Amino acid sequence: MKRDQCLKLIAKYHRDELVVPVYQATFEWLAIKPEAPTFTAVGAMGQASSLALGFALGAPERRVIVLDGDGSLLMNLGSLVTIANAAPGNLLHFVCENGTYEANGGHPIPARDRVSFTGLALAAGYREAHEFSELATLEAALPGILRATGPVLIDLKVEPGASYPQDWAYMHGAAAREKFRAALRLPRRA
Amino acid sequence: MTEAASNSAAGIAGAAIVDAIKRGGVEFIVSVPDRVTSETVLRRVASDSALKLVRVCKEDEGVSICAALSFCDKRALLLMQNTGLLDSVNALRGIAVEYKLPVVMMVGLLSHESAAPPTQSRSYGVRIVTPILDAMGIAYEFLHSAGDEQRIAPAIERAYANSIPLVLLVGRSPV
Repeated sequence: MKRDQCLKLIAKYHRDELVVPVYQATFEWLAIKPEAPTFTAVGAMGQASSLALGFALGAPERRVIVLDGDGSLLMNLGSLVTIANAAPGNLLHFVCENGTYEANGGHPIPARDRVSFTGLALAAGYREAHEFSELATLEAALPGILRATGPVLIDLKVEPGASYPQDWAYMHGAAAREKFRAALRLPRRA
Repeated sequence: MTEAASNSAAGIAGAAIVDAIKRGGVEFIVSVPDRVTSETVLRRVASDSALKLVRVCKEDEGVSICAALSFCDKRALLLMQNTGLLDSVNALRGIAVEYKLPVVMMVGLLSHESAAPPTQSRSYGVRIVTPILDAMGIAYEFLHSAGDEQRIAPAIERAYANSIPLVLLVGRSPV
């Protein structure tokens, strides 16, 4: 599956969930769904899942989607245990598994093709974990997954898709965070 | 002030620390256990129904959790040891400092049982803490003796008012 195709599917079913993407997925998500309440989690690699947990605990009335990377999650694997222990029912943890450090030269992640992110999540105590490598299967399951009680991990076996503009200044800038802060305070969609 | 003389002063009461944290409007405590504050602060927090305790596996997770909670208008405190602070430098750099977010930390200084400044500690891991915080531009308060807890709530207020990180250094085990 191409990653941007997966993100387009998520965007299709996205309503008012808070979204926490990392690196390449951030550029794609911002282009695909610019109006979504998006926290660009690129300040420190690996921290997206922990940021998402903070949002999930602080805004329990909202649902939170983290669009993690495989290299990013490996950098903060303990967060799986922390999240499972905190058990936020409103947290959906997507992992875009491409097997590489895509933003850093495309070098392979350790144990590429051997590590099981769904296995790790279930062993940590996530309520559910799903793995997808076909778009049609993902689309069929997505509406149910987005309504599921979390924490749920969804491993997307992806490869890069189309090229998207890479506005690093916006991603790191205060304007992106202030836009997210303002979106948090808006009334929820009915 | 000599080390012996300073240590004759009463230590801070753990209960007073927890009360001060609550006066600072803190609702969430995020923690990896720290030997300095384990018995008198963390155990009290764990049994206090007014505080929500989030146990994390690694301290840098807590930096992010506290930062995210601030977007939701929730105040939090990351309770950890100086070793955890050192392990969290990149998250502090990227999320708390560069993003200018109010991440409040209480850091036990392991093996520093003195009222002397942490830079004069016998422990290398303690001596380097405040120079690192100075280099990062992170504000800190050194808490050692009874009465120092009075500085906690105002410092938390300043951190949230100015959206900046803050470290509260605890120099000896509270009583």
